[in-house]
Amino acid sequence: MTHLENAMQLSKETLDKIDARVEKYPVKRSAALPLLHLIQEEKGYVPEEAIEWIAKRLELEPINIYEIVTFYPMLKRSPMGRKHVRVCRTLSCALRGGYQVCKTLQEQLGCKLDETSANGEFSIEFVECLASCGTAPVVMVNDEHHENMDDEKTVALCRELKKTSA
Amino acid sequence: MPEEKRIILKYADEPGYTRDIDCYLEHGGYEVLRKSYKLKPEDIHSEVMDSGLRGRGGAGFPTGLKWKFLDRKSGKPIYLICNADESEPGTFKDKQIIHKDPHQLIEGMMISAYSIQAKQAFIYIRGEFFDGARILEEAIEEARAKNFVGDNILGSNFSCDLVVHRGAGAYICGEETGLIESLEGKRPYPRIKPPYFPAVLGLYQSPTIVNNVETLCNVKHIVEMSGKEFAKIGTPGNTGTRIWCVSGHVQKPGYYEFPCGGLTMGEMIHDLCGGLLPGRELKAIIPGGSSAKVLKADERFSGKLKDGTEFDWSIWDIPLDFDGPAAAGSMSGSGGIIVMDNSTDIVQALSNINAFYAHESCGQCTPCREGVQWMRKVTRRMCAGDARKDDANLLLSIANQIEGRTVCAFGEAAAWPVQSFIEKFKDEFEDYPANGSVSSETGDKQLV
Repeated sequence: MTHLENAMQLSKETLDKIDARVEKYPVKRSAALPLLHLIQEEKGYVPEEAIEWIAKRLELEPINIYEIVTFYPMLKRSPMGRKHVRVCRTLSCALRGGYQVCKTLQEQLGCKLDETSANGEFSIEFVECLASCGTAPVVMVNDEHHENMDDEKTVALCRELKKTSA
Repeated sequence: MPEEKRIILKYADEPGYTRDIDCYLEHGGYEVLRKSYKLKPEDIHSEVMDSGLRGRGGAGFPTGLKWKFLDRKSGKPIYLICNADESEPGTFKDKQIIHKDPHQLIEGMMISAYSIQAKQAFIYIRGEFFDGARILEEAIEEARAKNFVGDNILGSNFSCDLVVHRGAGAYICGEETGLIESLEGKRPYPRIKPPYFPAVLGLYQSPTIVNNVETLCNVKHIVEMSGKEFAKIGTPGNTGTRIWCVSGHVQKPGYYEFPCGGLTMGEMIHDLCGGLLPGRELKAIIPGGSSAKVLKADERFSGKLKDGTEFDWSIWDIPLDFDGPAAAGSMSGSGGIIVMDNSTDIVQALSNINAFYAHESCGQCTPCREGVQWMRKVTRRMCAGDARKDDANLLLSIANQIEGRTVCAFGEAAAWPVQSFIEKFKDEFEDYPANGSVSSETGDKQLV
């Protein structure tokens, strides 16, 4: 496991969280998805070696981890932009202009849908219903919600996002 | 104007009400838990039976009956799971509870866990609720510190731990057996029933109860006021309040809590939501989340209710409870009312819905995995300017081959929008312009 641990280089904080998380379940395998979340939180994505690492940690086969990494849309196999922009695509948001918001975001951030900008700063993706239909259209930037978006607010949001860019 | 009756959201939006435990305790929080632990577990179950409470997640199944199916003879541990995967398009009620009054959910869960004698409980929360998961975890620690969660709760010999488990963006995890698979660390492929009824063979093949957030909160209020008192709210067979979520083309979208049957669709849209946008007319309403069959503005709904009363309704007359939208041929589902006015290109609207189900099918059952992709392809082609006269029939034929042929109800959820949109707007599908332009004069929002 040493070579894997070297390759992973997880922080002590994450390793502690992983140990605490595994403890919470009567059956270790239940911790698979939470561990993937924890590693993605630290690394920004799920690196290839994490699959084998988690499998070992939970006494599973790598395929047991592959089957979930390849299923859930929120688990990413490659790095996303530092600012991960999720735009709700579903009906209630679309009825209030979600597609236009997505278009404006792409123009303003210089980043295409489902792509990451060249400087690694932004990724934009459409996601399905974010359960904020009453304040549609909605956009999430990392874990932050932006509601009742229109063109003006989208442009202002992009200005803010670019200001804090590296 | 019909007045809201807030039970679940009583304090949620009150100025100064905060989600920390001190505020909750000042408002009488955890008093019902104290009361519950002096009762026998089966007495709480009787109250839930008497209350007539039906599940608020979508299917409307009687909660007390669900609990009754628990296999108590197996000797295996019993699990309680709160389904907080709120993902049905048009629904955003559970989020209000989680964000604004998390202790109400925890109290409801610890009462329910005691009643079903679960020693371990989980809250399965959708992955995108980053804040919601943090809020719940903090609230659980607060509750644990005061001995409302964990070992020997309130000095009793009952112990139950509570763990928050995050999903990762898959709608199918809202299906209770898919949720269980996901919680076991697997792909969330729903299980076939029978034999895998969660109450018998659920989490880790042990007896398990899965209830929605709003449902579990209701348990607290049932114990507080008694099942019989609770049953007086609403109408027979449709007891308690419901939180309706209105979105789409109305002036004031939002969530509104009312006794079941306490108002009609018309009162909801015109009085509570401020009516349609200026200069617009109603085209259609989806009454219970995107899986529910669409209702057309000028339809008449007539027939006999369960109790034999005859009805003849316009769309505005439909009573908002479980049975009203069902009598009109649709369902109240998760309470997500999506309003579409005459600016809506109905083919685009269906194409938007089809894209959702195509994205979310888990891929386990062939008719669904293949069918949803074909339905999306056909409506997408129509919107892209290659509509064919026979597309309506083609779509119907695909939908009909999905319905009833899958392990879980996702098949129906994907087929019903297609079936109902085409049944009710057939001419718009058949006459859809081959150049794919938006068919409505006022159409201003792109939906695909």
